[in-house]
Amino acid sequence: MSDQMKGDVVTVSSTIENAVRVETKRQPLPPRERLETVFDIQDVDAIYGSKPALKSVSMEVYKNLVTAIIGPSGCGKSTFIRCLNRMNDLVPGFRMNGTITFHGQDICGSDVDPVAVRRTIGMVFQRPNPFPKSIFDNVAWGLRVLGMKDNLSDRVERALTQAALWDEVRDRLKASALSLSGGQQQRLCIARAIAVEPAVVLMDEPASALDPIATQAIEQLMHDLKDQYTFVIVTHNMQQAARVADMTAFFSISRGAEGQRWGELVEYDATEKIFTAPSDKRTEDYVTGRFG
Amino acid sequence: MSAAELTPLQRPTDRLRRRKAVNRGMEFLAWLSAAVAVAALGIVVFSVARRGASALSFDFLTKTQVPYDPTAKQGLANAFVGTFVIVGLATLMALPFGILIAIYVNEFAPRMIRNGISFVLDVLNGVPAIVIGFFVFGLIVVAHGQSGLAGAFALAVLMLPLVARTTMEVLALVPNSLREAALGVGSPRWRMTLGIVLPQTIGGVLTGATLAVARVAGETAPLLFTSSLVAYNTSFNPAHPLQTVPVAIFELSESPDPTDHARAWAAAFVLLMFILFASLGARWLATRSRRKLGRAAR
Repeated sequence: MSDQMKGDVVTVSSTIENAVRVETKRQPLPPRERLETVFDIQDVDAIYGSKPALKSVSMEVYKNLVTAIIGPSGCGKSTFIRCLNRMNDLVPGFRMNGTITFHGQDICGSDVDPVAVRRTIGMVFQRPNPFPKSIFDNVAWGLRVLGMKDNLSDRVERALTQAALWDEVRDRLKASALSLSGGQQQRLCIARAIAVEPAVVLMDEPASALDPIATQAIEQLMHDLKDQYTFVIVTHNMQQAARVADMTAFFSISRGAEGQRWGELVEYDATEKIFTAPSDKRTEDYVTGRFG
Repeated sequence: MSAAELTPLQRPTDRLRRRKAVNRGMEFLAWLSAAVAVAALGIVVFSVARRGASALSFDFLTKTQVPYDPTAKQGLANAFVGTFVIVGLATLMALPFGILIAIYVNEFAPRMIRNGISFVLDVLNGVPAIVIGFFVFGLIVVAHGQSGLAGAFALAVLMLPLVARTTMEVLALVPNSLREAALGVGSPRWRMTLGIVLPQTIGGVLTGATLAVARVAGETAPLLFTSSLVAYNTSFNPAHPLQTVPVAIFELSESPDPTDHARAWAAAFVLLMFILFASLGARWLATRSRRKLGRAAR
């Protein structure tokens, strides 16, 4: 191994030390056989029209862990996470091959109702997208639609408390959600997602439009809530993945003949392992900041 | 040439001077075009008002037509009521259909059908009003005779593409992130459309409807075939042919009696004012809904 290489290893460990200092409460991972599989993803290809976006992705997502998806722009991170709750159905020309099961149930078949899938698997988007309604109605709308109307205000309060927003908005629940700051809006979107009690919360770069303090608040709430939910988070911020995630999947771009490019899963392992001792050269190049 | 030969800023070169002159010329042309448009409207309103002024009175608005009797105190109340009934019925027919078409095309239809229907609506929008009048004549009038209902149906056919197209446009302005947000909490599509998408578009839909009303209120051709063989009494019953303002203008302008001509001008003035205020109302609704969205965006 060259000196150059050793230098890189030092950089990696200092990144990890930072991460560990920020997030000291991370529990050690239980052994794999004790983990319960939520998603079993087998050989998933995603295609937009005739352009492949993802090729043969296989991985398992485990219950009550935070799983981070990292990788360079255009590697299909968002496409992948949107496969997990059928959000890509809205995209014209989108096709998916392979199977994704949720607790052993296929969720991609044409006979599966995507609405039912999305009731169990909630989503928080990259840009805060509250409804142009009051703060209360933002959280209550989903509850009303799903018929969870008993103790409506209790449910709203609980969701807002879990999303660490209750103290800031308790006096102005009737105010428009759009009067909140960006970070508050995103926490409201998280409250809206968890109010309907999904099993999994998918987060597509939830902090990319937020300042560091709001980012920290969202990372903290993921940490606090993961014994109740399973989180899958897409991020292009490696420090964030190192801070919040128990498992990390690294996606990268592959190039074929005729200038075609698609994303694929390079490595999937415990976060510590991905950031300190990755087994694939491409992962190492990425987490040490040599590309991407 | 030495490098020191820079032109001082105070002395523009000939090229620069020419560019400035061209710029001023073009600005003047643009200003002139705008002035011509405004002047055209001003002249129309002024001349209509001047010629109609002698016939405009309270009686004109409240009394019924008495044909062939220039000495009788008379007005065009029957035509105003008829236009109100026919346009109102046309709006009741066209508005729900137009909105439902737009919702289907924008929120549910596959792309092929969406493009097809948009094209059909554009063609329908381009069909001359008299052709639509003739179509309704063949469809309804031949079998059932003229009636306010037939006239309203003809106007509704004219309004339908206007309402559907404007509604489609405002639906397209609703950001997709809102739709994703609604679906992301497990909402079915129809709940998303009804609860999240449609409330965003109410201002725009009302604006489109108001403009469509203003547009068809002045239509003459389709009514000539469908609701012009009128009895000159004031009636709200659309089962009979009803007098309307545009048809009344047409008939009065052909009369040999000069007081009838004045009445035609006065009716034209009332129609113009109605259209003007309807357009102003539409603008007010549009800015109000924009302000509401703008306040929301802050």
